[in-house]
Amino acid sequence: MSGGIVLTVSFLYLGLLFAIAQFVDLRAKKNRPLTRNPYIYTLSIAVFCTSWTFYGSVGLAATRGLDFLPIYLGPTFIFVLWSVIWVKIIRICKVHRITSIADFIASRYGKRAGLGGLVTIIAVVGTMPYISLQLKSIATSFRILVSSSEKALLHAPSEPIFFIDTTLIVAVALALFAILFGTRHIDASEHHEGLVAAIAFESVVKLVTFLAVGIFVTYGLFNGFTDLFARAAEKGLDPLFTVNSDSDYSLWMTMTVLSMAAIICLPRQFYITAVENPDESYLRKTTWLFPLYLLVINIFVLPIALAGRLSFDGTPADADMFMLTVPLYYNQGILALFAFVGGLSAATSMVIVAAIALSTMVCNDLIMPLLLRWKGLNINKNDDLTGLLLTIRRVSILLVLILGYAYYLIASESYSLVTIGLVSFAAAAQFAPAIIGGIFWKGASYSGAMTGLGLGFLVWLYTLLLPSFAQSGWLPISFIENGPWGITLLKPYTLFGMEGFDRLTHALFWSMLVNIGAYWSVSLMSQQTAIERIQGTLFVDVFGHTNDERDSRYWRGSATVADLQQLVGRFVGVQRVAQAFANFAADRDINLRKSQTADATMLDFAEKMLAGAIGSATARVMMGSVVKGEIVGLDEVYRILDETSQVIEYSHRLEQKSAELERATAQLRNANERLKELDSLKDHFLSMVSHELRTPLTSLRAFGEILVDNPEVSLEEREQFLNVIIKESTRLTRLIDQLLDLARMEAGQMDWSLDTVDMAAAIHEAMAALAGLLKENDVALNVQIPEALPTVRADRDQLIQVMINLVSNAIKFCNKANGKIDVVVAAGKDMLQVSVTDNGKGVPENMTERVFEKFHQSLDDSEDKPQGSGLGLAICREIVTFLGGKIWVVNKVGGGASFSFTVPRSDRLDMRLSAE
Amino acid sequence: MSHTVLVVEDEPNIVLSLQFILRQAGFTVRVARDGEQALRAIADYIPDLVLLDIMLPKQDGFAVCEAIRANAACRNVKIIMLSAKSREADKERALALGADEFVTKPFSTRVLSKLVKEIVATRRTILPTK
Repeated sequence: MSGGIVLTVSFLYLGLLFAIAQFVDLRAKKNRPLTRNPYIYTLSIAVFCTSWTFYGSVGLAATRGLDFLPIYLGPTFIFVLWSVIWVKIIRICKVHRITSIADFIASRYGKRAGLGGLVTIIAVVGTMPYISLQLKSIATSFRILVSSSEKALLHAPSEPIFFIDTTLIVAVALALFAILFGTRHIDASEHHEGLVAAIAFESVVKLVTFLAVGIFVTYGLFNGFTDLFARAAEKGLDPLFTVNSDSDYSLWMTMTVLSMAAIICLPRQFYITAVENPDESYLRKTTWLFPLYLLVINIFVLPIALAGRLSFDGTPADADMFMLTVPLYYNQGILALFAFVGGLSAATSMVIVAAIALSTMVCNDLIMPLLLRWKGLNINKNDDLTGLLLTIRRVSILLVLILGYAYYLIASESYSLVTIGLVSFAAAAQFAPAIIGGIFWKGASYSGAMTGLGLGFLVWLYTLLLPSFAQSGWLPISFIENGPWGITLLKPYTLFGMEGFDRLTHALFWSMLVNIGAYWSVSLMSQQTAIERIQGTLFVDVFGHTNDERDSRYWRGSATVADLQQLVGRFVGVQRVAQAFANFAADRDINLRKSQTADATMLDFAEKMLAGAIGSATARVMMGSVVKGEIVGLDEVYRILDETSQVIEYSHRLEQKSAELERATAQLRNANERLKELDSLKDHFLSMVSHELRTPLTSLRAFGEILVDNPEVSLEEREQFLNVIIKESTRLTRLIDQLLDLARMEAGQMDWSLDTVDMAAAIHEAMAALAGLLKENDVALNVQIPEALPTVRADRDQLIQVMINLVSNAIKFCNKANGKIDVVVAAGKDMLQVSVTDNGKGVPENMTERVFEKFHQSLDDSEDKPQGSGLGLAICREIVTFLGGKIWVVNKVGGGASFSFTVPRSDRLDMRLSAE
Repeated sequence: MSHTVLVVEDEPNIVLSLQFILRQAGFTVRVARDGEQALRAIADYIPDLVLLDIMLPKQDGFAVCEAIRANAACRNVKIIMLSAKSREADKERALALGADEFVTKPFSTRVLSKLVKEIVATRRTILPTK
């Protein structure tokens, strides 16, 4: 096939890509975007599949069988099982207008240029092998296609076809293409609709061409999968497509873990998935669409590899090029050309996206901070800097590709495609701790990230990159075999004597150990600055902070709107900024005047816009130059935040205190009420005692005086008056006795003599004492006591007192005409119950409790004043309660009150006591 | 014609002593055992003086005093209140309700007898304001 045809097809293809990008960009400008859907988004993420997938997987499968698979397992795990991490990263990128992975990490750890620079250097150096891989594949595939002789199929010709190296031409061509694509306008965080569409188109092309070759091989050369695998097995190739027990599981693990880290941390994957994401919700479809793409593109890897092995049996053909050499071998030139275009699309998509992502980082996180420091350059003057920015980026793209070419020259001749790619993966994996830690752990600090990344990168250099130089002869081979200066402990492939692992696992183990270890321990030991803490919180709690605008209101400067507009305009372009500011004003329904002082939201808006163009670290410095003097009291802001939280805590404590006070007040009020009640009770008691004492005294004094003053009264009258004196004296004595008893009982000073008491005997004794009174009032007494009554535990005298009080009460209140009193005793399970029932009017329903109170006298319901102190029932209650029983009154249905009380049985009481 | 004294008292022995000294002093004595009886007695015959105990069944002495003072026909009835509660508050209340005197139990029969004679002899000039 002539070189002219291949070149023409190549440039036609690239032209088509450019046309697609232009067309889509124009549509986007007219607000008719074509790319805003999850399918285009997913296809753009398929930039993950590069020449490595297109050529390298087949090459690996041809020699090591299923080992090509883990590289696709990792991304599948991430998207299917942990897409949350993408949601979080994308949200953070949108909120903070992140432009690249370097910007992301620098912004998280305090927007300092040092970290962004380090990430950029690691990314550029780490991507070098990857780009060289693409260059190598394009150059090799081109040469194979052009000189498709029998010999060329076996050995890729290494002599140049043109007057200079093919690979260099490819590198420069790709650089120009990337420049055309990626640096047409400046705000990196705006979406490059055209670029994304072109990348998605390339993903379709590489998938379709791969499937075409696969179908040709499987169904054209063989009779389907079964036939192909059977024929391969005949030739002894079955170990390639069966899972062997002696498979190297550690390598599988390593590759899976590496590819999990890579799908997040590769600069181009981060860029296309997070920075170029048009809509978070697209992720929902992507979580299954992207793994599906990976599955489909891998279906024919093994068949093509096996077909290549069968076709070139026994010859040392370059298995990485089976995609081309197999069709050529069977004289399918057009199909081979088609496959070449597929490989070209796989390579160009990677190179373009990587170059754009890296050039943004180099410009924003490496060159700009340096320029800002370099006072010789008048960057702080009011020139339009958009041109400078674009130039820096274009040069960066060229530089990145030249570096890739350099690595190709130095190292990649002696390695397979997959081995080169894995070196890049291992470099990208160094970002994983800083990224994942940064969005889940607020305590991670700048120093920790810096140390971890730096050390991890150094170990990567030492265990993977430098040895690859040595193997290509650019360093003495003794470096690998004996260690530097002959120190065997430092041999790069078996560091500190760690043998038995493949190089990749070995390198990943040491670099990650050092990286994570330093990241974690230094973060714990170092003090975070205020801005680190703020950014840490904003990143980790991004879902909580998204909707409030308090985020970064740490600008308290007095820059005018005109200042800001001018500053941002220098980097983004005056017209675009004027438009953006106008939109900002319109969104908030405010009228912006040029001389007006910008508020915090305005400053924040300007900073974010600036960050979109030149990265967050640089943007912060530039903002500082405009809002100079009055601002950036970040530590102060943080102190204010601290104070606020202290005030909140303090007021919380105040609230608690005041609640406690309220409770205490309520308790005091209750206690006071109770005291007042007690006081009024005491008052009432004293007043009643006074009354009860004075009443008999009145009669005593009156009749005493009458008898003294009237010696002439009849004998009959004299006797009557003297009897009154005796009766009232008795009444007075009894009252005093009862008062003293009650006082002693209430004070707990009563001398009780508790004993086993025969209830029947006690009742009979009480009744005997009352016989006179009963007869005097003509009341019939009926006592019912069952035989064999159990004894009770009580004070015998007090028990008799209770009976006397109750029965004499009953005598007072029973029916005057035919008074009748029933005394009934019944044995309960634990108690004896005694009831005294009269046939009087009964106790008013609302009085059944109050009759037991001191000095309660039923004044209202008897014609004649009853004789009594009003203490009898109160004393009864004291006694019964002390003995462990209860006393109460109920009205009988036919009239009459029934007073009952219980006393514990002594046998039951003994049992209970012994049980305890 | 002798003056009539209505004794309102529920303690029988005190009634007995009051009856004795008042009769000796030449008064006609009527007795009521509680507040309601007292009001019925007054409706029946207006006495010259009421000896009124405070702690009474059914209606207490204050209520009876108030009822007497509310009755225009009893304009000239004198009231001496008796109480075994020696609280100042009760005395003030009694006087405010229109009682002419307030006597604490136990009382001296000699003093009480003299007091009743004096009060009956005076003309009531001040009508209580309600």
